[in-house]
Amino acid sequence: MSKHQVTITVNGQAYTREIESRLLLVHFIREELSLTGTHIGCDTTSCGACTVLLDGAAVKSCTVFAVTANGKQVETIEGVAQNGQMHPLQEGFWEKHGLQCGYCTPGMIMSAKHLLSKNPNPTEAEIRQGISGNLCRCTGYNKIVEAVQYAAEKLNADAREEIAS
Amino acid sequence: MTDKPTHFADRREHHSPKPAGVSQTVATSDTIRVTTPPEINGMGHRMKRKEDPRFLQGKGHYVDDVKLPGMLHMDIVRSPYAHARILNIDTSAALAIPGVIAVITGKDLEAHKLHWMPTLMSDTQMVLPTDKVVYYAQEVCCVIATDRYIAADAVESIVVEYDPLEPVVDPFRALEDKVIVREDKELKTNRVWHWEAGDQDATDRVFSEAAHTVKQYIYLPRIHVSSIETCGMVANYDSSMGKMQIYMTSQAPHAHRTVVALVSGLPEQKIQIISPDIGGGFGGKVPVYPGYVVCIVASLLLGKPVKWVEDRSENLQADSFARDYHMTAEMAADKDGKITGLRVNTLADSGCTDAAANPSKFPAGLYSICTGSYDMKAAHVNVDAVYTTKPPGGIAYRCSFRVTEAVHMIERLTDIMAHDLGIDPAEFRMMNFIKPEQFPYKSPTGWEYDSGNYHAALQKAMDMIGYAELRKEQAEKRTRGELMGIGISSFTEVVGAGPANDFDILGIKMFDSAEIRIHPTGKALARFGTKSQGQGHETTYAQIVAEELGLPAADVQVEEGDTDTAPYGLGTYASRSTPTSGAAAVMAARKIKAKARKIAAHLLEVNADDLEWNVNKWQVKGSPEQAKTIQEIAFAAYTNHPADVEAGLEATDYYNPPNLTFPFGSYICVVDIDKGTGEVHVRRFVAIDDCGNIINPLVVEGQVHGGLTMGLAPALYEEIVYDENGVCLTGTFADYLLPTAVESPKWETGHTVTPSPHHPIGAKGVGESPTVGAPPAITNAVVDALWHLGVRHIDIPITPEKVWKALRDAGVQD
Amino acid sequence: MIPGEFNYFAPTTLQEAVSLLTQHAGGAKILAGGQSLIPAMRFRLAAPETLIDINNLTELQYIREANGHLAIGAMTREASLRDSDLVHGRYHLLADAARVIADPIVRNMATVGGNLAHSDPANDHPAVMLAYNAQVVAVGPSGMRTIAIDDFFVDLFQNALHEDEILTEIRIPKPAANSGGAYVKMERKVGDYAISAVAVQLTLNGNTCSAARIGLTNVSAVPMRARNAEQALIGKQLTDDVIEAAGMAAGSECDPSPDLRGSVDYKRDITRVLTKRAVRAAIERVQ
Repeated sequence: MSKHQVTITVNGQAYTREIESRLLLVHFIREELSLTGTHIGCDTTSCGACTVLLDGAAVKSCTVFAVTANGKQVETIEGVAQNGQMHPLQEGFWEKHGLQCGYCTPGMIMSAKHLLSKNPNPTEAEIRQGISGNLCRCTGYNKIVEAVQYAAEKLNADAREEIAS
Repeated sequence: MTDKPTHFADRREHHSPKPAGVSQTVATSDTIRVTTPPEINGMGHRMKRKEDPRFLQGKGHYVDDVKLPGMLHMDIVRSPYAHARILNIDTSAALAIPGVIAVITGKDLEAHKLHWMPTLMSDTQMVLPTDKVVYYAQEVCCVIATDRYIAADAVESIVVEYDPLEPVVDPFRALEDKVIVREDKELKTNRVWHWEAGDQDATDRVFSEAAHTVKQYIYLPRIHVSSIETCGMVANYDSSMGKMQIYMTSQAPHAHRTVVALVSGLPEQKIQIISPDIGGGFGGKVPVYPGYVVCIVASLLLGKPVKWVEDRSENLQADSFARDYHMTAEMAADKDGKITGLRVNTLADSGCTDAAANPSKFPAGLYSICTGSYDMKAAHVNVDAVYTTKPPGGIAYRCSFRVTEAVHMIERLTDIMAHDLGIDPAEFRMMNFIKPEQFPYKSPTGWEYDSGNYHAALQKAMDMIGYAELRKEQAEKRTRGELMGIGISSFTEVVGAGPANDFDILGIKMFDSAEIRIHPTGKALARFGTKSQGQGHETTYAQIVAEELGLPAADVQVEEGDTDTAPYGLGTYASRSTPTSGAAAVMAARKIKAKARKIAAHLLEVNADDLEWNVNKWQVKGSPEQAKTIQEIAFAAYTNHPADVEAGLEATDYYNPPNLTFPFGSYICVVDIDKGTGEVHVRRFVAIDDCGNIINPLVVEGQVHGGLTMGLAPALYEEIVYDENGVCLTGTFADYLLPTAVESPKWETGHTVTPSPHHPIGAKGVGESPTVGAPPAITNAVVDALWHLGVRHIDIPITPEKVWKALRDAGVQD
Repeated sequence: MIPGEFNYFAPTTLQEAVSLLTQHAGGAKILAGGQSLIPAMRFRLAAPETLIDINNLTELQYIREANGHLAIGAMTREASLRDSDLVHGRYHLLADAARVIADPIVRNMATVGGNLAHSDPANDHPAVMLAYNAQVVAVGPSGMRTIAIDDFFVDLFQNALHEDEILTEIRIPKPAANSGGAYVKMERKVGDYAISAVAVQLTLNGNTCSAARIGLTNVSAVPMRARNAEQALIGKQLTDDVIEAAGMAAGSECDPSPDLRGSVDYKRDITRVLTKRAVRAAIERVQ
């Protein structure tokens, strides 16, 4: 059995563990670190429920070996709210009813977070394309789009405020 | 329960509910009723959901999140054959892997008489086989190991020898009984049951006299609910307490607990099923799957917690399916185009057992609702079910027990008849709708529809989409060879199973329950027998209590899913929660309100008759400043209650609905078809739904959007496909296609409000209406686009290739 | 679905990677983005003894124009193509493909080099590179060599790389003046493989087509050029009839397998239709 020592920073905290090379990043997050907000929904890299940010980019953590993330930064849903304050995306999903069973939600939020970091003013079509790697069976997507639009507006308003001040 | 016959003999009688006759006609309005201020958030408020904060922060608690000390993991060896005898199972390599604790086979279960189990329809199903397998991916044996990676390795190392048998894949061939699927049964036949509804003679007469008839074979293929969370369980047997605690992806935890007690022999009070947060159910988490049973047995035998969570490919290939109805349907009309009758023969592909989640007297579910929104003289429905070597079908995939099948059939026939007669499909429907004054309406198959106004809903949809302009645009485009279609679906749903006379699952009546307890400081705890899998009960039930008692919804804590604490219920599926537990909440709240009146009278030193209720308080008639709020009354219930009344302020209600409820709606879909590729683009889709009085419009919108995408999906994408060997070819999301935000259109929704006269708050339930109404609207739009080329019908999923073929056959190409 | 065990190395330089590959040649696979390899390993359809993880070779992540070609480092993530002004400016065929490979999240890990090295006719880059007449750069123990794309795809999932070679760079010749390209893909939904897809890169001389290369996706066992379709265009004025003839040629010369995405006849006809659309789109973009 091939075991390797890795140090992966998750939500700002470094974790050093000895793991099998075949351990999937999603299992590292869920089982090693007990961060169960990242979910598993399929086995063909199709559903996106496992989406996390790896060095700032959205990736499907079921299709990355944890060893590949050695020395890198991972952000999961648990790291999105800062100092007890929900992120505009979390606010937006709440305000606009962008979730029902909640299972796809962490992955959706991480995808949307990456999308907005690259494209702060997405059109509706760009939002739909941006989240097309994430499946939802409950919401029909309309209100997820509205949630992301809410967040984009809020983030841009906050940014304008910061520049002004 | 286990000695009931496992298939239905010829049933000539049809069970139809006999409701407490209500004879008023209910008015339709456009407005959502709001009677409480925003601080209270009663009915009609767009209240943000109370359950959301934990989901938004990754703190939901789903079955796979459960971790218990010493927990073991179970994985399953599955059959690569649809039909084969098992000659040998060699587990030696698996048992040699460090970390593998046990391998459980059918023979092991047989020693405890647990190798077969009853199904929800009183048939039987193998837990693990001792003789042969009857579906591809069937569970053959289970490995228990210290972690899931080792369990997976162990599964790979087990060698099973099979002797393949001829599979039974085509249900029509299955009828010939050449190869018998269920050799365990006394009667060596693949026929499961025969069921009928309506009046055959009257219907045949109508058809013989008809001026116009249409006949169409319509097939609704197998589909799979595919909630993003698969099924799973953690079974934890504590031998020191003799207690079995089970975390389970269950839509009906109490019913499951009773089944576990009956099957395992464990005393029911020592079994606790906790249905925690569920990542979508849609009917797929109602059956008892073999994996659950082995997981429970493993924990019992090993005395340790055992977790089993299935992979997506296991979920798609082996769990129960929906639809798979072969319908040959006919409609009769008079010379003016008035529909006079409906006649249907249906073959139901049951899979290897009848494990459908139907009320027991309804093996074909509520299929006989198929006369739909139309007034007609006579109807007759025949259904025959047959066994095949496939996993069991009959999941109520967001369809309230076969209503998708019924509605797809009637809405397709309606459109075909309209097109044949050259009458605009909207006009044809308007002409044939049951009129508002005809409610409560007795259908030819025995249903009594509570209330409806089909004309208003269709008109609203037509106005919202600009129907007349669209028809002009279509005509103009047609002259240039461009293909555009408009499809309508005006459905009547039937939900809220159901009245005790007729509705039971394994004999347990389909009531549901609510238990409300108000604490001294005026906050409440409310528990229910239903189980949300995303429908928002933590918010909507709180809003019902807020409406009835004036307690702010924020102060009402809603709990479901723990069988140790929640009152007994039949769970959430078939859009039944609002009609049953929602009503129970109202009735329990009213009991509390009545007791509160006595306490208020005592506090105010007046007669109870001198008091009137005002939003959240009992006040003296004519002297409203003399009042006691519900919070003051709650405190008094523990500190200063009258001598002739018990302390406390709580009530429980087990609600037996007097009838089902009949939500309805009209949907209009506009499609543009790419002549070169056959791709169907949904340009617009307007959905007008009427679910009676609305508890939370935000939640209802979400249910409608989600249901519409779940209707679009089978209409254009979803299909479980088997090859000629019964091997499932669509066993992963790479081939079982679910729409993304790109394929799913921007839904446009609206409502009318026609309350249910028999429901205490006039609400009807809505979760499944869109899944029922959308597929025929889309199909009708596509066929409408191609009708002038000679196309009369296309079965769903309407793939680009099917459209392309219809175009090429008609000599059209790009 | 859990993969089997494997030995694992994570070299930090290209030399180290080559040396490891040489040592373990035959039993080792390169792990780049992993978006094709890891799913196969999870279903145990692929079970390499050793994985050499090259995700730390940031030296292989670049997009730059040099010496008359666009040089793309093999570890360039698909998402980077979308962010590149260079690509959007002149390499429209590549930009089109970058929009439709898998889904946006997979594109953050998947690499251009990996997509080619996997040599799956269902992947998008093979057809694109065939249309561009690209070159692939391979580095092995005996040094570097370039392989013409026409020689690269050898069989189903097999290419001309030696067991001990790593694909390090893709070179796309800078398009001549008056050239245009387009990639038109038909997929059942976002994230699916193509039912068929057509990559066209052509050059016009006045009204006449002076050069054309057409690559096809997922309609043959080995990524292929539609050579007859090319011949139908070259030297001709691109009228509707000529374009139709090219479409018909592509439809006839491809060799699709029937599957859930469609029958042979359907895939052939879609190839015909998409070829016409890709040719027209390429003409629109001529600059």
